[in-house]
Amino acid sequence: MNDEARIAIKSDDDLLVARQQGRKLAIALGFTATEVTCIVTAISELTRNILSYAGTGQVVLTSGNELSRSWITIVAQDEGPGIPDIKAAMMDGYSTSGGLGLGLPGVKRLMDDFQITSEMGQGTKVTVRKWREARATK
Amino acid sequence: MQVPILKQGNYLIASIQSALTDSDLSELRDALVDQVGLYRSKGVIIDLTALDVLDSFATRTLRDTAHMIRLRGAETVIVGMQPEVAFAMVQLGLSLEGVSTALDFEEGLAYLNKRMSSRQGL
Repeated sequence: MNDEARIAIKSDDDLLVARQQGRKLAIALGFTATEVTCIVTAISELTRNILSYAGTGQVVLTSGNELSRSWITIVAQDEGPGIPDIKAAMMDGYSTSGGLGLGLPGVKRLMDDFQITSEMGQGTKVTVRKWREARATK
Repeated sequence: MQVPILKQGNYLIASIQSALTDSDLSELRDALVDQVGLYRSKGVIIDLTALDVLDSFATRTLRDTAHMIRLRGAETVIVGMQPEVAFAMVQLGLSLEGVSTALDFEEGLAYLNKRMSSRQGL
């Protein structure tokens, strides 16, 4: 595991920092322009959830490789109120913050692996990963 | 980072040059809705060519902007969305329903001119 970036999330300025760091890391890993945009959009939505539901939290970016494939992982964690019904939160159209309610299922579509744990009063942790297949380089 | 708004004849042109915070985007919305009245503009072009991400907040704010401007009697066209941005938006489940879009600035300008001439014809 290498290239770790840990971004404390307190305001919408930090949202830009998280996006910039994620973009830098994804480009360094060799993701295509479309994949980079998907990764950065996912970071944006996850960070936004922290800001709107918990107020503060952190986003951790890590990367690594396994056999011939490299990956980027985003962990978005907060100590907010937690999600009462994860199953409902994973359906398109669900929202309790007056937002668009597309966050989590949309993020899942943007990434390859998606994992969420949430406990009432304890907080929420969302872990997503995108894999980069080995590509022949010119 | 504020977005400069240029006045060109009957149109206002806002060209986003870099990543924007949520408050920058909200300010752009308020400034455009305001200036459409100030300059009695008939059309607004918002150029996103330099924008690398459109998340749920940005999409909603752009849609709100276009709808508010329409309520003020002017037309908005959003131009220059990059293909990667369009891909990620659709994956995320976002749309700009009810908002006019065009490939680039030139197409956007042509669209507004056409709208204006059909209005005058009425």
